[in-house]
Amino acid sequence: MPQVMDADRMARALTRIAHEILERNRGTSDLALVGIRTRGVPLARRIAHSLKDINQGDVPTGALDITLYRDDLMRHAVGPQPLVRRTEIPFSIDDKRILLVDDVLYTGRTIRSALDALIDFGRPRSIQLIVLVDRGHRELPIKADYVGKNLPTSPKQSVQVRLQEIDGEDEVLLQGDAA
Amino acid sequence: MLKSRHLLGIADLEPEEIGLVLDTAEAMKEIAARPIKKVPTLRGRTVVNLFFEPSTRTRTSFEVAEKRLSADTLSIAIAQSSVTKGETLLDTVRNLEAMAPDMIVIRHASAGAPHLLARLCRSVIINAGDGMHEHPTQALLDAFTIREHKKRLDGLKVAIVGDLLHSRVLRSNVHLLNRMGADVWTCAPATLMPPDLARFGVRPTTSIDEAVDGADVVMMLRIQHERMHGHFIPSTREYFALFGLTPERVRRAKADVIIMHPGPMNRGVEIDSEVADGPYSVILEQVANGVAVRMAVLYLLAGQEGEAD
Repeated sequence: MPQVMDADRMARALTRIAHEILERNRGTSDLALVGIRTRGVPLARRIAHSLKDINQGDVPTGALDITLYRDDLMRHAVGPQPLVRRTEIPFSIDDKRILLVDDVLYTGRTIRSALDALIDFGRPRSIQLIVLVDRGHRELPIKADYVGKNLPTSPKQSVQVRLQEIDGEDEVLLQGDAA
Repeated sequence: MLKSRHLLGIADLEPEEIGLVLDTAEAMKEIAARPIKKVPTLRGRTVVNLFFEPSTRTRTSFEVAEKRLSADTLSIAIAQSSVTKGETLLDTVRNLEAMAPDMIVIRHASAGAPHLLARLCRSVIINAGDGMHEHPTQALLDAFTIREHKKRLDGLKVAIVGDLLHSRVLRSNVHLLNRMGADVWTCAPATLMPPDLARFGVRPTTSIDEAVDGADVVMMLRIQHERMHGHFIPSTREYFALFGLTPERVRRAKADVIIMHPGPMNRGVEIDSEVADGPYSVILEQVANGVAVRMAVLYLLAGQEGEAD
């Protein structure tokens, strides 16, 4: 399976994103990171770590499970329900500048669900979107503010982000033919 | 996933299915801590709560669970319904079904009533207690509460003490705890002890001291006067003296014992007030956990509505 990003490039992309966050928000005050389960969560923690390395400031970090907000949840006639996992946002998001983190941006439907879920937790000052890979093919008017890598794909292909914390290795793989 | 499209009893569930419900309930529990305690998951679904027996805890718990998942709910109180005019159970339910609900939560005084509906109705059926048979969501919330405190179910000594004969909570809990590897002791006066209990892999005793000795969990059951057609105990005072859970008896259990009661409690009959309100009592946690467990059950069954058995 062709590798489109290795551990080094992933680390550099995340460090660059951390710098872009600081530049755009002029520091870390009122910032909070929220990772979308599963792989957005370790990515959010790594970005929080980078921000601390660069700026010395601690940015609160939470985890969001969007299963209960999915727009396709009850549309499948039959089948097992997707596993619901814990949402852990141990801070108030009111008036915070939220940095929402996911691994792959594709149709935009996961992000729409995440926005709905976040709004149920309070009224943030703003929400910005960070993704490691943007593979195109949006079905909703959603766009990322920080992108690790823009990856042109065909809808038949699949993009797999593998992370040390979950998969034992850092890499991004592109599966299937572009045709 | 759950194999059946209904939840009729714990007896039908595999250990993996029980684990799935408990894991899902863990995620659901967090929703109660949010500023907006509601998720859109069951939007547009209708759930009917059909309670043919009095209930405060279970009915309100299901209602809260349904509302937190954004389902439309209607609760039928039997005293104000056509049942008092002589309508049969099946006719009542068929009329309700004509209004196209998706799920029916039913409590009935007759064992097997939910099973009958599951065979003859289109809706997903959830058993909220049928006679002296099963009360599956109670056993699931009990297991959830035990797991929260003890981090496991297998190998624990669980003592279930009280009116075992009339208790559907006992039957569901025995199925569940056995399946999950707990060591279950049951204690009641001989008149309130089901005769074939040992067959289910539990250890029956008439000595509460023996049952409670070294226990990790003590579960007290209510004396069910309304189901007693005869004299099972000489007096409630004598019952308390011989089978009531007192602070002295709690001291025989493990130091980190938890005391449970499915409610409603009869203080001074099966349990001393000092124990019910004591530091090891998790009785109110059980109520809070009931909502999370019922949300999990509703969510997991909602995915299977289209399926026929």
